[in-house]
Amino acid sequence: MFEEVVRSKWSIFSAGLLLILLILPSFIPRFYVYLLALIFVTSLLAMSLNLVVGHGGLFQFHHGVFYGVGAYTVALMLKKTSLPLWTGFVAGPIVAAVIGLVIGWFCVRLTRLYFGMLQISLGSLIWVIVFRWYSLTGGDDGIPGIPVPAILSPAKNSYYFILIVLVVCLILMYLILKSPFGSTLQAIRDNPQRCEAIGINVRRYQLAAIVIATFFAGVAGVLFVVLERSVFAELLFWVLSLEIFIMCLLGGWFTFAGPILGAAIMVALRTFVGIFTEYWTLILGIMLILLIFFLPEGVMGFLQKLFQHRTKDTAERGQG
Amino acid sequence: MLQVEAVNKSFEDFKAVNGANLTVGKGDIVAVIGPNGAGKTTLFNLITGALKRDTGRILFKGEEIGELPPYEICRKGISRSYQIVNIFPRMTVFNNVQVAVLSHQRQSCRLFKPAKTLAVGETNSILESVGLLDKARGIAGSLSHGDQKILEIAIALGNEPELLILDEPTAGMSPEETSATMELIKRLAQMRGLTILFCEHDMDIVFSIAKSIMVMHQGRTLIQARPEEVRNNSFVQEAYLGVE
Repeated sequence: MFEEVVRSKWSIFSAGLLLILLILPSFIPRFYVYLLALIFVTSLLAMSLNLVVGHGGLFQFHHGVFYGVGAYTVALMLKKTSLPLWTGFVAGPIVAAVIGLVIGWFCVRLTRLYFGMLQISLGSLIWVIVFRWYSLTGGDDGIPGIPVPAILSPAKNSYYFILIVLVVCLILMYLILKSPFGSTLQAIRDNPQRCEAIGINVRRYQLAAIVIATFFAGVAGVLFVVLERSVFAELLFWVLSLEIFIMCLLGGWFTFAGPILGAAIMVALRTFVGIFTEYWTLILGIMLILLIFFLPEGVMGFLQKLFQHRTKDTAERGQG
Repeated sequence: MLQVEAVNKSFEDFKAVNGANLTVGKGDIVAVIGPNGAGKTTLFNLITGALKRDTGRILFKGEEIGELPPYEICRKGISRSYQIVNIFPRMTVFNNVQVAVLSHQRQSCRLFKPAKTLAVGETNSILESVGLLDKARGIAGSLSHGDQKILEIAIALGNEPELLILDEPTAGMSPEETSATMELIKRLAQMRGLTILFCEHDMDIVFSIAKSIMVMHQGRTLIQARPEEVRNNSFVQEAYLGVE
């Protein structure tokens, strides 16, 4: 009963938020429409990472690579081939997932920090290829002026497209996490040794989780191209991967929606504090220190606890 | 059903298991006893695939399982519980058992079907049979130690094993909990037609429920026989039970 109360409140809240986001572009300046869309793209990226970090317990240290691969795939296909426009949109996530499969295949053989170190090395390899292969990727210039489909050109249209894709992806992720696969993944996070003893091939499940997460990272990469119409090598650089990781920690990596909050905080911080100082990471650093001391389960984890206590209190009072 | 023949396992220079032999017939309740460090847990780890044996043979229903990874050995019908509580502490009691049931039913890889609608009956019946049903929605990590040890057994039952291996099922329990747990194990063995292999320090328990006892000393099997024969064996008395 208590769980149902929480769930129904959450769904009312989400529906209300979605409604606001749907009508908002008619009332706010273009810059804020762009900023919200950027938050959506970053949210999807952080959510995809959290599938393996928060729910899978894997040290996925170089998730940005798959975001970049998705973005570059669609960019190259739109720029250099005459294939139908939408094929690029499908190819981005698939190529990202294939790269995820290859890198993951090696990484799941190791555990914890070693997993993370190997992933950083293999991921950096892909970054170097993109950074150096001028004739194909434009190297450090990136690829500007990518022709996105005409229907997505107006800022409002791309905003709605990104929002809809985000919502669909979030629903899919939610279903996956609540499925037998999702609970098996969480069991592996809690206790891989015991999972082996109850007949679960741990490595295979971890690899499957990586492929799913990198697929969604690829989707985020495609959305980035829709929004920015350009790509650059920084998308695959390890600094970005670290930032996504921080978003998960900041928002609350044991919660479902936490990374969205983390992404929103990070993007807003970079945009608004970045206006005043280029040392915005200094503010971020201070926030992180405070976070570790006061909100070890992230902002969302903290809010959830607060919310649960209140609901419990009122439920008990109602019964009494 | 289970046949362990001349199995050895060394860690560097230390011979943890050094010529262990064990026979477990279908429907038997077999105990392994021996002082601390005799190699009991290592032997169980070898049988369940958590460790790989150096030499010797481990046969389950006539098939060599010594080279298989743990998850395949589990699928052949061997489940185990651990001496030190080894559960999924952040998940609910129900989910702890359900994960094992889903794995047994080969449903773990389903992606879009809500887990809460699957394997509910099986999971609840296991929880009921061990007496944890009223705590099903609690977080496993917040159970008492005794209940966590019972949950250990419940998780192992989720795979519907033919052979259940219990590594000191009553370690750290109060005397009352211990006798209740042993009653439970006896009852489960009858109800589910289980074959049970366990190790235990409390000799009263061992001699009251085991049909066959294997004595280990310094990694070696001294004897495997019926309880009364073990009790009267002078070699065992000297090495382990203590001569009075």
